[in-house]
Amino acid sequence: MLRLAYSAYQRMVGHCLDGLPLEACGLLAGVPTGDDAKADIAYPTGNDAASAKVYTVNPKDFLKADRDAEGRGLEIVGVFHSHTHTDPYPSPTDVANAPDPGWHYVIVSLRDEAPMVRSYRIVNNQITEESLAVEGR
Amino acid sequence: MPVDVNLPTILRQHAGGQKTVKANGSTLGEVFEDLVRQFPGLKGQVVTDEGALHKFVNVYVNDDDVRYLDKLETKVKDDDVVTILPAVAGG
Repeated sequence: MLRLAYSAYQRMVGHCLDGLPLEACGLLAGVPTGDDAKADIAYPTGNDAASAKVYTVNPKDFLKADRDAEGRGLEIVGVFHSHTHTDPYPSPTDVANAPDPGWHYVIVSLRDEAPMVRSYRIVNNQITEESLAVEGR
Repeated sequence: MPVDVNLPTILRQHAGGQKTVKANGSTLGEVFEDLVRQFPGLKGQVVTDEGALHKFVNVYVNDDDVRYLDKLETKVKDDDVVTILPAVAGG
């Protein structure tokens, strides 16, 4: 399960909308608790691929996010990115490039008028959707 | 004198769960060789068997991406901090 602070949810969705027509991406930081995590902060990052179909988190932005999170006693617990025209479900590219089986993978689909947000675990190329709860509204 | 090496979460399992470890060397390549001597599980995870930086990681010496410096030949000195981060991509 991923619990997402409302402020992080807003920042994440806002960044994805701002990124249109390209895919946007970013990192989530918080506290992992076993298979679950509470994400308190969303760090928008640059998409070095600058594409409507693929993303690459800007490494320097990752470094800044990692340092900021550490300073707050948090750690990077996952990544979010947008799907501009497709479902909020991991693509084969997402699965092939998933860097950490401990992370939570959040997809923001902008296919429809209202953004759809889903969260997944990707372990050994297996996709498992998990509950996503936005808290603190 | 050793430098600090910050490990990404996924590699900490090979270093007893530690986030930051110390390693010796005057270049990044030497630092990583020392790292593998200390933690054999890290072999092949940062430097490929062909002796190049793995494409799945980004490495910084302090604030500088080593791909824009001298890669594994990048010189390191006392108090430098080496940070290894996973390359994150998808579609």
